[in-house]
Amino acid sequence: MALDQSFVGRTYPATDPYEVGREKIREFAEAVGDAHPAYTDPEAAKALGHPDVIAPPTFVFAITFRAAERVVQDPQLGLDYSRVVHGDQKFAYSRPVRAGDRLSVTSTIESIKSMAGNDLVSVRGDVHDEHGEHVVTAYTMLVARAAEEA
Amino acid sequence: MAARISFDDVEVGQELPSRSFPVTRADLVRYAGASGDFNPIHWNEKFAKEVGLPDVIAHGMFTMAEAVRVATDWAGDPGALVEYGVRFTKPVVVPNDDEGAVIEVGGKIGAKDDEARTVRVDLLVKSAGQKVLGMSRAVIRLA
Repeated sequence: MALDQSFVGRTYPATDPYEVGREKIREFAEAVGDAHPAYTDPEAAKALGHPDVIAPPTFVFAITFRAAERVVQDPQLGLDYSRVVHGDQKFAYSRPVRAGDRLSVTSTIESIKSMAGNDLVSVRGDVHDEHGEHVVTAYTMLVARAAEEA
Repeated sequence: MAARISFDDVEVGQELPSRSFPVTRADLVRYAGASGDFNPIHWNEKFAKEVGLPDVIAHGMFTMAEAVRVATDWAGDPGALVEYGVRFTKPVVVPNDDEGAVIEVGGKIGAKDDEARTVRVDLLVKSAGQKVLGMSRAVIRLA
């Protein structure tokens, strides 16, 4: 079933702020095995010109994906979420995420396509801090695989 | 921010030091906890096979996090990353043993932007001889 094209361009309200903690950044950096000191040592981060420890580049996905999930699980859109896999991911950074940030995500459906029975939904997540400064935009393409392929 | 590499010292076609990143089931459990992505395809073999996968697979975002280190460690400051995108083309299958899988990452300078003083690092990301990420590119602002 083709998805409703009228959802293209729809923007969803900003999420409640997510407060980025130093220990959460440390936990994430350890989980991806990345020992760069800018993630755990405030002095090392300051030496590179950052006001506090920064998060690894993909850290923000945990926040933007939760926002994108709200979109693709919108019952009106009618996507079969049990068949969804991650197709593409891109980030465009204005600055790195850092400890103390309170981040909100505004999600927009950029495109909806059907290809060989698969539904492709592209969601843009614009991430701003508590001062309204743009931090990063996440572009997430999700693929709902055709039912007959399961 | 403050990359350690100078823009003027970099040439298109230049290779970056390649890296190998091991990944075991234990790593995936830890990543699930840290990222909040508890999809059972990343830790439950029975479930993974039921949905048509050969075995448990690594989170695409785990592989994406590993791959970019070839670019960020080279540049010296992960905060100098301007843009980073990948396509998830093949899953990284992680067997249930002590060795797990290995993600192999190579990188080279694909383009330079003189005005922005950025370089595009094209990453080649493979596991078990197969390319697992496509169109994997990191744009970094250099000193």
